[in-house]
Amino acid sequence: MNVPILQMRGITKTFPGVKALQDVTLDVNRGEVHAICGENGAGKSTLMKVLSGVYPHNTFDGDILFENEPCDFSTISDSEKRGIVIIHQELALSPYLSIAENIFLGNELASRGWVDWRKTNLEAAKLLARVGLSENPVTPIQHISVGKQQLVEIAKALSKEVKLLILDEPTAALNDEDSGHLLDLILHLKGQGVTSIIISHKLNEIRKVADAVTIIRDGRTIETLRLDQGQITQERIIRGMVGRDLESLYPDRTPSIGEEVLRIEDWTVQHPQDHSRTVVHNASLNVRKGEVVGLAGLMGAGRTELAMSVFGRTYGRAVSGKVFKHGQEINTSTVPEAIRHGIAYATEDRKHYGLNLIEDIKRNVSMAALGKLAKRGWVDRNEETIVANRYRTSMNIKAPSVAAITGKLSGGNQQKVVLSKWMFSDPDVLILDEPTRGIDVGAKFEIYTIIAELAAEGKAVIVISSELPELLGICDRIYTLSAGHITGEVPIAEATQETLMHYMTQEKE
Amino acid sequence: MSALRESLGFLTSRLRQVGIFVALILIVLLFQVLTDGILLQPQNVTNLVVQNSYILILAIGMVMVIIAGHIDLSVGSIAGFIGAVSGVMIVHWGWAWWIAIPACLLVGALVGAWQGYWIAYVGIPAFIVTLAGMLIFRGLTLITLKNQQITPFPDELRALGGGFLPDISGGTSMLEWLTVILGVGGTAAILFQSIKERRIRRKFNLENEPMAWFATKTAFIAVLMLAITFLLASYRGTPIVLIVLAVLVIAYSALMSNSIFGRHTYAIGGNLHAAELSGIKTKAVTFRLFVNMGVLAALAGLVFTARLNSAQPAGGTGFELDSIAAAFIGGAAVQGGIGTVAGAMIGGLIMGVLNNGMSILGLGTDYQQLIKGLVLLLAVGFDIFNKNRSGGGTTVAKRFKWKTAPSDSAEEPMPAAKTPAAVAAVAEPAVAKPAGGTVGAGPVSAVENS
Repeated sequence: MNVPILQMRGITKTFPGVKALQDVTLDVNRGEVHAICGENGAGKSTLMKVLSGVYPHNTFDGDILFENEPCDFSTISDSEKRGIVIIHQELALSPYLSIAENIFLGNELASRGWVDWRKTNLEAAKLLARVGLSENPVTPIQHISVGKQQLVEIAKALSKEVKLLILDEPTAALNDEDSGHLLDLILHLKGQGVTSIIISHKLNEIRKVADAVTIIRDGRTIETLRLDQGQITQERIIRGMVGRDLESLYPDRTPSIGEEVLRIEDWTVQHPQDHSRTVVHNASLNVRKGEVVGLAGLMGAGRTELAMSVFGRTYGRAVSGKVFKHGQEINTSTVPEAIRHGIAYATEDRKHYGLNLIEDIKRNVSMAALGKLAKRGWVDRNEETIVANRYRTSMNIKAPSVAAITGKLSGGNQQKVVLSKWMFSDPDVLILDEPTRGIDVGAKFEIYTIIAELAAEGKAVIVISSELPELLGICDRIYTLSAGHITGEVPIAEATQETLMHYMTQEKE
Repeated sequence: MSALRESLGFLTSRLRQVGIFVALILIVLLFQVLTDGILLQPQNVTNLVVQNSYILILAIGMVMVIIAGHIDLSVGSIAGFIGAVSGVMIVHWGWAWWIAIPACLLVGALVGAWQGYWIAYVGIPAFIVTLAGMLIFRGLTLITLKNQQITPFPDELRALGGGFLPDISGGTSMLEWLTVILGVGGTAAILFQSIKERRIRRKFNLENEPMAWFATKTAFIAVLMLAITFLLASYRGTPIVLIVLAVLVIAYSALMSNSIFGRHTYAIGGNLHAAELSGIKTKAVTFRLFVNMGVLAALAGLVFTARLNSAQPAGGTGFELDSIAAAFIGGAAVQGGIGTVAGAMIGGLIMGVLNNGMSILGLGTDYQQLIKGLVLLLAVGFDIFNKNRSGGGTTVAKRFKWKTAPSDSAEEPMPAAKTPAAVAAVAEPAVAKPAGGTVGAGPVSAVENS
């Protein structure tokens, strides 16, 4: 059974000034699902780019053997010809084209330059069936859910007669149900002889599908764990990734909860384009001083929509309902108003909505409260640097200086910059939307510690998360949302994954 | 030895800023040789300043608009329109210059507000709104002028285009002393400011330029300023418009790097959504940027009209292209968020020296346009090449969400234009000297003056 399909030997890739990969070895057997784990910045993506030809063969050292033959790829299409297909986490689909067009994009079924539409749609339908989709191939890609789009990507890979499928964090944007489908599909394809490499942060997924796990840390291979040798355990993976044991995934805290700070009543939000859809129905919730409140819900339950509509109506239309702070009704209809009333919202998508990636740390930290650093419209840049340095120390942001460009930081450090920005705006209520998304295990613990400290300082914290263990680990109270309704309010003592999931899937009419 | 290596490493990381500066020097030297020394004759240097001043004024506003991620195609037409308005006010209605100039700037502000409204509050892309504006204000220019030029203007207004500061030595000495005092004083101020800036950076443990590079750069800027001072002083002294330009460059550089407004402009261009969600009033900032652009376009129109001593139906045609080119050659990024006033000035000077040099050589506008187009293409192409070379360009980094780990982009891919510019910006007024008339400057090209 253990026939090697891919052997990467002594891969060393150097960028000016930095060794991104150092003598990395990777052995993948035919027909297995091979997971690659490592912190952000460990070199996983670089390794996959080396393998798929994004970095041409003469720009790195080392040898790649695929099906016992040496590989010298200069472009991605070279690797695709050999049956190696990479699916990036950010999907490479064109939203206005149909499913079929997307599947055969760049690989059109054509004769003498003219597309054969009948064949295209027929073949597409066959491929869709293989990935378990029953969609009409002429449906525009934007009309299907992200989870299904991910499956279309795989169908696209299948159309290229894939032998080795590389998935880069395939479930990061998916809800649990879609993630489950995807993982089942990977196992199904394995049965058909397709070998997969999956990069993932989610250890439970790895345990579900992986036959082998290779751990990469700081550009080096740490070890390869094999299921048949009973080596794949959460503790061992975490230890390999961070280089130490994590006694606990969550910091200890003793909550000291005070009076109510924020109360939202009868909050209703309509979809910004589709006026017939109500995204949040009559939601009411509250959060108290020093309390961490969780918002649990499946994808599309309306958690982010609820938070963003409260925060300056940055989502939705026809927003109605009342917001009270310390019992007084407040106006949060614009972002500046919301900030003035001490509300902060740290987005789930920090790259697109949270940070100015081409600017340095200090300018990002000061962005939401520049007025605090300014006199009559002029910014005191020395003060700004002092403030940013203070947060760099207290939040443990790993960067050469506060003049480092945020786009160059790892996900965890970027998230710390976002949190610094909002802490500097000195809010009473912090809404943190997926604060640990795309962050490695070590940095997650740091983020949890920061959240605990914020609560201890007397802030009211609302955490939105798709990871139930995370909510159970850090919250004092959890609300569940389902299809825009608040379906449950569970004190942490009574909360289990099962009870939460029960409320999260409850239909309320 | 290690200092040398450090400096070299630094130079490669700042290839863009160093490159554009070197390019300007090379172009100056090239034309100095080709024109047998005419380019740097005191009279021609003075000419360069005056001929290029209105493009540089426009480039200030343009680079700000570009930093915010917009564009303004209408500035040439607005400049022409304001020229026409000033003609009507001063020549036809007999208004005094000190009423007419503020009135014209106010009209410019209203024009900017008109466009800013459509762009910021209605949400029409700036490209469309200003393309419409280009037609609208050209039309209004023709209507205002009834298709005929208005001339002549009184001397007070003409001084804005071609006047000089008074000669305090009464024209007796070799050098014009007021210019010498201004030049030496300005140089001293720049030296002082650069050293202070460096001290502050060291104090806060920010990355500093290597000492060798800092010393070379500062010394070079000082020598350059003194050389220009000498050249200007040995002709007729300091052109009034140079003072105007110097004040604008200093003020706007400070505004862009130190004021809330400037910082919000960079934030909007860098990431509009993040800026919005950080409580920045993005619409208000955009609106003000276009009002400001309108005022600067009005000023440019006044300077141009004053220089020509006539308001012409075609006045200002093509200014938008020159000022946009100046901003991009000066390192502004098409997608916004990156750029400096200082860079735009250097970009404008490169275009100006090219224009002036080629005019002296007697090249026709056919070749002039061809060469200027290629220079623009090369400058921006160099940027893109530079980004790709240093691993993972910005657009790639934006596409792949979690892939910008430090290892992947070890070398800074963006032209980190802002930090060194704080120092360079102060140098601008002095550097802002050699420049040739651009498209609109046909009738006043260097040949006629030499």
